[in-house]
Amino acid sequence: MLLALQQAQDAAAHALTGTAAEWLWVVPLLPLAGFVINGALSLFSATDLGPADPSAAHADAPSAHDSGTAHATGGAHGDDAHPVVRHRYAGITSFVGSAVLILSFLLSAVIFWQYKSIEGTVHAPYVQTYFSWLPAGDLQIDAALMIDQLSLVMLLVVTGVGALIHLFSVGYMREDPGYPRYFAYLNLFVFFMLVLVLGANYPVMFVGWEGVGLCSYLLIGFWFSEKANADAGKKAFIVNRIGDFGFLVAMFLMFANLGTLDFLQLQAATPDLVAGGALVTAICLFLFLGCAGKSAQIPLYVWLPDAMAGPTPVSALIHAATMVTAGVYLIARSHFLFALAPVASLTVVVIGALTAVFAATIGLKQWDIKKVLAYSTVSQLGYMFVGVGSGAYSAGIFHLVTHAFFKALLFLGSGSVIFAMHRAYHATHSHADAQDMRNMGGLGRYMPVTFTLMWIATLAISGVPPFSGFFSKDEILAGVFARARESLLADTRWLGIPGNFVLYGCYVLGLAAALMTAIYMTRMMLYTFHGPNRTGETERGHLAEAPWIMTGPLVVLGILSAFGGWLNLPALLPLGPIGLLEHWLDPVVGESALRLTHGHAPELTHSLEYALVGTAVAISAIGIWIAWSRLKPSALVPAAQAKPEEGFERVLAHKYYVDEMYDRAIVQPTYSTSRNLLWRGIDIGLIDGLMVNGSAWFSRGVGWIGSAIQSGQLGTYAWVLVLGVLAVVGAVTLR
Amino acid sequence: MPKGDFPLFYTFHFYLFGIVAVVSALLFVTRKSPVAAALWLVNTMFCLAALYVLLDAQFIGAIQVLVYAGAIMVVFLFVIMLLNLGHPSELADARGTGWKVAALAVGVVLLAEVFTLTRARLPESRALPPGFIAQEIAREGAIAPIARPLFTEYLLAFELTSILLLAAIVGAVVLGRRRQDAG
Amino acid sequence: MLAESLFFSAVLFVIGVVGVLTRRNAIIIFMCVELMLNAVNLAFVAFAQVYGVAGQVFVFFVMTVAAAEAAVGLAIIIALFRHKPTVNLQQINLLKG
Repeated sequence: MLLALQQAQDAAAHALTGTAAEWLWVVPLLPLAGFVINGALSLFSATDLGPADPSAAHADAPSAHDSGTAHATGGAHGDDAHPVVRHRYAGITSFVGSAVLILSFLLSAVIFWQYKSIEGTVHAPYVQTYFSWLPAGDLQIDAALMIDQLSLVMLLVVTGVGALIHLFSVGYMREDPGYPRYFAYLNLFVFFMLVLVLGANYPVMFVGWEGVGLCSYLLIGFWFSEKANADAGKKAFIVNRIGDFGFLVAMFLMFANLGTLDFLQLQAATPDLVAGGALVTAICLFLFLGCAGKSAQIPLYVWLPDAMAGPTPVSALIHAATMVTAGVYLIARSHFLFALAPVASLTVVVIGALTAVFAATIGLKQWDIKKVLAYSTVSQLGYMFVGVGSGAYSAGIFHLVTHAFFKALLFLGSGSVIFAMHRAYHATHSHADAQDMRNMGGLGRYMPVTFTLMWIATLAISGVPPFSGFFSKDEILAGVFARARESLLADTRWLGIPGNFVLYGCYVLGLAAALMTAIYMTRMMLYTFHGPNRTGETERGHLAEAPWIMTGPLVVLGILSAFGGWLNLPALLPLGPIGLLEHWLDPVVGESALRLTHGHAPELTHSLEYALVGTAVAISAIGIWIAWSRLKPSALVPAAQAKPEEGFERVLAHKYYVDEMYDRAIVQPTYSTSRNLLWRGIDIGLIDGLMVNGSAWFSRGVGWIGSAIQSGQLGTYAWVLVLGVLAVVGAVTLR
Repeated sequence: MPKGDFPLFYTFHFYLFGIVAVVSALLFVTRKSPVAAALWLVNTMFCLAALYVLLDAQFIGAIQVLVYAGAIMVVFLFVIMLLNLGHPSELADARGTGWKVAALAVGVVLLAEVFTLTRARLPESRALPPGFIAQEIAREGAIAPIARPLFTEYLLAFELTSILLLAAIVGAVVLGRRRQDAG
Repeated sequence: MLAESLFFSAVLFVIGVVGVLTRRNAIIIFMCVELMLNAVNLAFVAFAQVYGVAGQVFVFFVMTVAAAEAAVGLAIIIALFRHKPTVNLQQINLLKG
């Protein structure tokens, strides 16, 4: 089939030439233009007040912040005590920032429609090459963008969810003095993410990969005047770098052995690779190292919870819907490699499953609402990797899409909550933590729309039918189960363990994670929206729904979370068109998926399928019931008065002390080596002392010798002369 | 003086003058008083002149006495007296012991090297028959064998030497002159 | 006679060298140089006995040059002495670099 694709590509101009797809380059360029404009606006207004951290916990800054001038709290609060003071260029920035995203989305939709209209005919991916970027000897890398079914899905998700989040940010960041800078960075991020998903070869994708890492750093540390935020940004960037190293090594291996880095050329070169061989396994493992960094899997997930220091829309966009899914996209894009390396695929599955469970356990005991969602993201990413690792590529991508919907909704919803809490605390000048769930409670009464939408998202993520999460999660679990029964993976040994054991074990881990997901999400809803309100007497009067600029995108996401499952209904429930997404992605990943399942689609008997579905639903229900019955929101006290945890709860609350372990094992030795060996030893001792000062000392010494020789003493000259004669005569004599 | 006539006499005097020359040189080098040193050097030159005569270079021997011992050394003594340097200086003007030992070592090494060189095989083809110069002197007298090459083959060198002497005279006069005050 | 003459010549030369290296009095050093020249003259004369009269002619020139050199050198020493009333070479170091 690949040969046919190649022939179709070579034979005639692509069916998409001359259509709107010609304007593909506009899609990433629009956000880039937004970045330039907003960045210029930000530079022109750089003398305005600097950024500050919005969380009420840091509001006990010097009184300058309380003077009533625009002090950034991360949200507009048109209090009667305090009018909304917006940035000078807020109007243009809001318009430009959102418009470029909406236009990008519309253009992507048009291109998608064009592509869909020619569906059915065998056609190769549509590649637009702009210029020869890196011609270096044997290596020929072009700046090229590619459209195929997979990148179109990602394109729509990125631009669509991105547009919604930009609209939300218009309201959320209203009073921030760094308003244009925020939109500039956000637009830049979308540009890089689009380069990542549209890239036609690994280097272009890597440009996007690095770029989103950069923007993540910039946006996490958006309120960098607080050291904790800047540190979180640095942590994200550095941990990502470790993953980038893996990506690079994989690229080097690919080039050294296959001579090309272009997706289509590599796919054509797969017959040259030894299936299951060391080379392709190494390439895939290094690629997965990159994914572990970018998509926060064990052991490189530690940056994601800290990344919650950034503004909440950033957390929604970058750390839920798009950037962290880049790793999943990478594996789906490299399907032809992973299909040849069952050991690597099994590794992906195992680490994904372990991460899912590990993060879910931590999420059970977090009190900051954003941290709960962060660990939930890590856990759900684990699910996606279980999907793409086991060869169910379309299932993994399906969960990616639905997760983008409901996780963005959850984050934006929590943003509305935090916004309301801030407004309340600001009015009373309280310094309590606006993000701590122990300070919330009963918000359902004050924010009904947000309340409803958050419940929709919670049910979706817990896998309750008929919401979207149920379909995607169930498909992954069913896929793993089916492949555990019969597939190439089941036949492979992973570290000596038979593959089917591994896959069954991962299935069980997946169920456990689903259970815990239901528990902690219900816990979050209980503590936030149900029960008595713990915010305080006076603050209560200020709790209200967020403005419609923020609630509107929430509604859209709510609809998508509720009905998104329609994208890929299983054959089991013929309520509508079956398997849309799977059929859509089949031309791209179908061949590799079949390679892993011995050439035919994995079959499960209907009864077995019903049993699996029933198990999944039952698990979700049990989880919700456990949380509902055993957790008492009325037993909570506000954060300031809460007791510290004890025992295993404390271990969970401190995230298994992983950060402390990394600090002891890696960070401190690096500091100490840098300080003692590299700085004192090499820099001061060797370079400054020996080379710089040493060469000066040497010159002085040579000069001293010279001056000693030029003593003006005839006696010395006579000596030298005689010694010279001695030497010459001696040479003659000895000859 | 041909050796063949009175070999023992010849050899004995050769070695006598040679050893006296060396001893005088040693004494010359080690004297504290410049005058004493100069006089020992004169003695060395006399012995060398004797050696020249024994080596069939009678003219050169005469010139040695006349020019070297008689003119040059006189000038030396003259300058010593002029500058009142005749007294043995209070401080020994030789360098310290370490230097002397080092100098001796250098001397020994140099001697060894020169000896080794003298052992080298000299080209036999150019050697003249022994006693050749003695025959020439017997034929023409002592001066002619030197004068003829001097004014024919080495005429250029002769002329240049005369210019050299001129330069030396002028230089010596200029350097020795007292500085003229202005006006 | 050649070998013995060369032997004496070498010894005298080395004595002259040692003298130059050891003494500090300028005039003594000068006289050591003269001793070296004389040693060389002896070598030339000895070779002249074997290889022809050109050696003696060269001795002639050496003597001439030595005379010229002695004259000029002593004039210099006198000039130096006027500047600084010493002939100790260690104190004459205006060329000190």
